[in-house]
Amino acid sequence: MELYSLTIHELQEKIKNGDVSAMQLAESVFSRIDTVEERVHSYIRLMKEEALTAAAIADENIKKGDIQPLTGIPVALKDIVCTQGITTTCGSHILHNFVPPYNATVVEKLHDAGAVFVGKTNMDEFAMGSSTETSYFGPTRNPWDLQRIPGGSSGGSATAVAADECIASIGSDTGGSIRQPAALCGIVGMKPTYGRVSRFGLIAFASSLDQIGPFTKDVEDCAIMMNVLAGYDPKESTSVKAEVPDYRQFVGRDIKGWKIGIPKEYFVEGIDPEVSSAVKKAIEVVEKCGGQCVDISLPHTQYSVAVYYIIAPAEASSNLARYDGVKYGFRTADARDLAEMYQKTRMQGFGAEVKRRIMIGTYALSAGYYDAYYGKASQVRALIRQDFDEAFKQCDIIITPTTPTPAFKIGEKTDDPLQMYLSDIFTISTNLAGIPGISVPCGFTAAGLPIGVQFLAGHFEEGKLLQIASVYEKSAAIEKRRPTL
Amino acid sequence: MKLSTSDVEYVAKLARLEVTEAEKEKFTAQLNDILLYIDQLNELDTKGVVPMSHAIAVTNAFREDKIAESLGTQKALANAPDARGEFFRVPKVID
Repeated sequence: MELYSLTIHELQEKIKNGDVSAMQLAESVFSRIDTVEERVHSYIRLMKEEALTAAAIADENIKKGDIQPLTGIPVALKDIVCTQGITTTCGSHILHNFVPPYNATVVEKLHDAGAVFVGKTNMDEFAMGSSTETSYFGPTRNPWDLQRIPGGSSGGSATAVAADECIASIGSDTGGSIRQPAALCGIVGMKPTYGRVSRFGLIAFASSLDQIGPFTKDVEDCAIMMNVLAGYDPKESTSVKAEVPDYRQFVGRDIKGWKIGIPKEYFVEGIDPEVSSAVKKAIEVVEKCGGQCVDISLPHTQYSVAVYYIIAPAEASSNLARYDGVKYGFRTADARDLAEMYQKTRMQGFGAEVKRRIMIGTYALSAGYYDAYYGKASQVRALIRQDFDEAFKQCDIIITPTTPTPAFKIGEKTDDPLQMYLSDIFTISTNLAGIPGISVPCGFTAAGLPIGVQFLAGHFEEGKLLQIASVYEKSAAIEKRRPTL
Repeated sequence: MKLSTSDVEYVAKLARLEVTEAEKEKFTAQLNDILLYIDQLNELDTKGVVPMSHAIAVTNAFREDKIAESLGTQKALANAPDARGEFFRVPKVID
């Protein structure tokens, strides 16, 4: 067994017992990267030198008996979280040379927990996309089938874990950008409750929806990462002062008598039959573990994509107004005056999908259209949240497919933005309501593509998600296949 | 068609985006598709529904008005495409 293929909890043991050093582990991961990265393209930037230095420091700490939860564990960071002194591009030309003067809070927390940073992962430009094809730095490929997309926007963070180019990683999820690629790459991905993890230092896309979360190889690792990431941050005014439990204690606890909501709106025509049957099997496993299924309704589900594609672009058009070529990033070379510099900088600096969303958002917020679009969408958003509030009166957990289909082909949806948007149909309403969700592998298609099942819970119920996901993972015993690269 | 190419031109101007002729055509078609899809929201009667702008009800987050360490001019200017002395430098604003 190669070290790079192990989980955090397996490696923690080996590091504690002195069987493995942080340096050996880092070298194992970087040799794996040397073998597969050219084909997968998980990373925009590798941090090998920094990682080897950090591993040496970790080994000194281990010798002194100072072992933190992630001491020596190689972790990858989506290139949307600011890293002091390390270029942070957000997948965009407009930030291709941006070197943040500070660390995001999650980076500080991971560092304090002993993590060794492997590199910055590829992503859709400004996290706008579901396939990692809109990155200025070229697409990432799905390790299970290199002709297919890995999902997005956190595609590189998902493939880095799936292809064993790190042990765990960080992504961000605005409409499914952690859960969808986790499902399509056959790993675990969690979007925590809005406000559970600090967004300080996360480059903003849609501030009322964005949330940082982990990608891991199993559910226990997800709990370990959540223990490090969660918590109030005085630097982030929307982070919530709620107590953070020890998430690891939920892992493996039984779920006897739990009510499991099956929303009829998520099991409709148009879902790939192999996805549908894998998720139905997952529901049977949960029932065998003591869950009691109840039929529920989330009646406004069908409107969630429409609501999202007003609210997210509206917030984005405002957040991205800061990229004007003045304070950081790319500036056009040919402008005669200030107004022209803004327009040309933004034309040359942003890719097509980012421009499209800035345009939708600007239109939706413009005089005469605000009420019809942004106002209306905000009202329907309230109805979507009410749907969940009502549903959680009848059940503890909701089960759905994470995605309607397995990974699609590279290039298949790039010319049809609407079709691309619809690939997030099962993940988007979670962000609108602010509740947490987790995607866990639940099988493979006949062609060998991974399928994910999604569990949803009420606000701040990440513990419940980890509990059911871990019980499911153990009972389902989905074959531990690895992509052949 | 909800949007014409001249609407797209106007929105691009509001967003400080220069768009090429080809982009104008493409965006007009794509934005119309998207807006048409979004129109389904009008099927819903939302009279009296209080709009939701945030997932978690957090009221103003205040802190003590204490002076803390700040970034400093050097660091703040370090990423500037063009700077001189203590200032960001830009092309002329008025003739």
